[in-house]
Amino acid sequence: MVKLKVNGMDRSFDGDPKMPLLWYVRDILQLTGTKFGCGIALCGACTVHKNGEAIRSCITPMSAAADSDIRTIEDLGANGLHPLQQAWMEMNVPQCGYCQSGQIMQALSLLKSNSHPADHEIDDAMSGNICRCGTYQRIRKAIKLAAGKIA
Amino acid sequence: MSQIENVSRRRFLKGAFGAGALILAVRYLPPMLLHGHATAGQSDADRAAFHPNLFVGIQQDGTVYIVAHRSEMGTTIRTSLPLVLADELDADWKRVKIDQAIGDKRYGDQNTDGSQSVRRFYDTMRECGAAARWMLIQAAAEHWNVAASECSTEQHTLVHKLSGRRTGYGELASKAARITVPKREQLQLKQPSEWRYVGKGMTSVDLEKLCTGKAMYGMDARLDGMLYASIEHPPVFGGKIESIDDQEALKVPGVHHAVRIDPFKPPAAFQPLGGVAVIADNTWAAFQGRKKLKIIWNNGPNQSYDSVEYKKELIETAHKPGKLIRSVGDVDNAFPTGKNVLEADYYVPLLSHVPMEPMVALAEFKDGKVAAWAPTQNPQAVQAIVSSELSIPIEDVVCHVTLLGGGFGRKSKPDYVAEAAVLSKKLGRPVKVVWTREDDVKFDYYNAVAAMYMKAAVDGKGKPTAWLQRSVFPPITSIFDVNAVYGDSPHLAQGWTDLPYDLPNIQIENGPARAHVRIGWLRSVANIYHAFAIQCFTDELAHRANRDPVEYMLDLLGPPRTLDFTNVEYPNYGADYKTYPWETGRLRKVIEMVADRSGWAKKKSTKGHGFGFAAHRSFLTYAATVVEVEVGDDGEIRIPRVDTALDAGLVVNPEATRAQFEGAVVFGTSIVRSGEITAKNGVIQQSNFNDYPVARINEVPTQTNVYITESSAPPSGVGEPGVPPFVAAFCNAIFAATGKRVRDLPLSSNSLFG
Repeated sequence: MVKLKVNGMDRSFDGDPKMPLLWYVRDILQLTGTKFGCGIALCGACTVHKNGEAIRSCITPMSAAADSDIRTIEDLGANGLHPLQQAWMEMNVPQCGYCQSGQIMQALSLLKSNSHPADHEIDDAMSGNICRCGTYQRIRKAIKLAAGKIA
Repeated sequence: MSQIENVSRRRFLKGAFGAGALILAVRYLPPMLLHGHATAGQSDADRAAFHPNLFVGIQQDGTVYIVAHRSEMGTTIRTSLPLVLADELDADWKRVKIDQAIGDKRYGDQNTDGSQSVRRFYDTMRECGAAARWMLIQAAAEHWNVAASECSTEQHTLVHKLSGRRTGYGELASKAARITVPKREQLQLKQPSEWRYVGKGMTSVDLEKLCTGKAMYGMDARLDGMLYASIEHPPVFGGKIESIDDQEALKVPGVHHAVRIDPFKPPAAFQPLGGVAVIADNTWAAFQGRKKLKIIWNNGPNQSYDSVEYKKELIETAHKPGKLIRSVGDVDNAFPTGKNVLEADYYVPLLSHVPMEPMVALAEFKDGKVAAWAPTQNPQAVQAIVSSELSIPIEDVVCHVTLLGGGFGRKSKPDYVAEAAVLSKKLGRPVKVVWTREDDVKFDYYNAVAAMYMKAAVDGKGKPTAWLQRSVFPPITSIFDVNAVYGDSPHLAQGWTDLPYDLPNIQIENGPARAHVRIGWLRSVANIYHAFAIQCFTDELAHRANRDPVEYMLDLLGPPRTLDFTNVEYPNYGADYKTYPWETGRLRKVIEMVADRSGWAKKKSTKGHGFGFAAHRSFLTYAATVVEVEVGDDGEIRIPRVDTALDAGLVVNPEATRAQFEGAVVFGTSIVRSGEITAKNGVIQQSNFNDYPVARINEVPTQTNVYITESSAPPSGVGEPGVPPFVAAFCNAIFAATGKRVRDLPLSSNSLFG
């Protein structure tokens, strides 16, 4: 039995402890904002926060999520849009949008550790997150805009 | 041609409207019967049918519903087309709701592919909006007992200025529903100066959902009681199962069944590839069970396919005389022997789409009918393939279109939706088929591998006196006809047949190539390799002549003129040539514009720092691009800046257009840097983003500037035309910085760079 918190709610899971957190969140909890893109931590579409840090849920087994505090994109906007989400809208970032939950969760992690990242710091922090539509230029601008708002 | 009908008292939109709402339909004849893409894939009935099409409805509470019948994969089309209708209706966009259409031929063409949604439906949308507005005005005139000519509209409100009376659209919706639909001649379309939305644009109606994880993609579709399926496909295209041992798979907790799917009957078209589906309670259990399958395959005739050998064959074929596509003058007699001749081979490998959302579909077979939820670019093709796979009438297949997590052409081919329908019928439960990324990479409909042989003889100023170009690639038509080996005219017309240079002797040829994998459309399609060869070869000639590449290209284009394709097969992306002629003057203008805005004249390439240029017309849009690169001592290539100028005729949504061109350069960056699918013993060797890398944030242009030409020409494509000139300009910039000519893509496999 794995016990954990997801978006502030106590949860328990008695299935295969090797099941990745991604599929628990998506198939069992039906929180579908977190996306499946590659299954092996190469694209970042599945990014969630575990105890405040961005992780790839597609390679995180439930056993490794035990007793942790998991936050997904659904939590971020739960009490009104987060400044990052506002910035994403202001810069009109998304095209298809499929990767953007992961991008935003990754960006949140960056801004928590670095409130005013330079371009190369943004590139370093975000290079694990693929956007096939090619919205990178706007992602960079949105992160800077949000950094200003949070600070 | 279209004819608008009043369907307020018919039940076209079940449940969406209360009694008394005004609802208009359009009986619609597609403006051209020759589809630029997929001619062989669609039935004649699809293309020739005269059927009601787009709908607008107004509720008594003033809510305006507009149907979006094209698929949203990130281009903002679900917003841009309804915006055109809303503008002519003089509707308040805040009171408009968008209804996503199911697949239904009554809407006309729904294959969201080929950068043609706006150009094909712009007039229809305008007329539909204008007709509804006209009817509301007639209703107001009756209501106030005044002349219609005294009534007007102001943003969702009917106005009688003489008496100062005003009333909302909703209040008069029921009255308007009883008005006779106007004839086209009665419609008064807005003047451009009156447009509120067209040309100004609007962000996506889905924007907030896209930023909060609430947007619903195919991957997110769900039905009570549904099962999850993961499918082991034949590793070689056309392979079949010899034997299966599924005992271990069935022992995996959560796994229920292992189900065979029949192999396709050639030609493959959009049929399932066949294989074994593992059915489970959740996605992960299905993936795990599948790994335990033991299958012996009969790999069939394509097991000898080796992409290294194949490349050599393509290049050899390209060196032999091919099928004549177009000729001007007499190339054979014009080629002198000796030093004034330049030859070059260009090569682009198979490319994969890899949209972020892998193929996925949910289907339920119930009472002899199928309901499917799918991220598809082509819901009518879903209906067609499900109907034929299950032998049920096409009307008994309902395809709900979800948002698409990227498409790029892959999701125009609905093989994965057919798989879900086949499995649901076998299991009697709703089934969601989820492809892994590995499935996506290995079982794509790849953009064709292509070899281009180029040859030119030049005069004393370096200008060609004779030009020969010969391309060889396995054609897309091979998925519909196993014997197809030559390029079909719609794809040859993608930047090959229509070489725009004003030269005395030109010969354009195409050679044969047999396909060993499924070939398909990928963002800008054949333009990718055609523009790469022509635009890079032109740059080679310019440098050889010691001339500025921009000035040189303008010289080759000659004075502004309309290209003459008399006696040449030139489908022009399915568009009427009188409406959308190929005008070299428009290409010249975007070239001059990008040169001006990028400061081209002052940019001097030096070692390690180069500027490249290219220009190309595709999907009826003219685009020119300047790329700046920096190449480090370690060979690392950075792209500080890209400038692109475009003429896409009337641009409905400039912001969305800029985004498409920004995205196109990122797409092109992936093609140049690392896009390559290879095969050995018929098996695709790539599997995921480790061995099929796509551009990441640290590898793409730092700054992309997009300049849109103000134009009153009819609208043309914006999703794809940014890719071809970028690919060539990027390679030309690399040459300018390194002196090394990129003739083989991608850089990662090119011995000069890799």
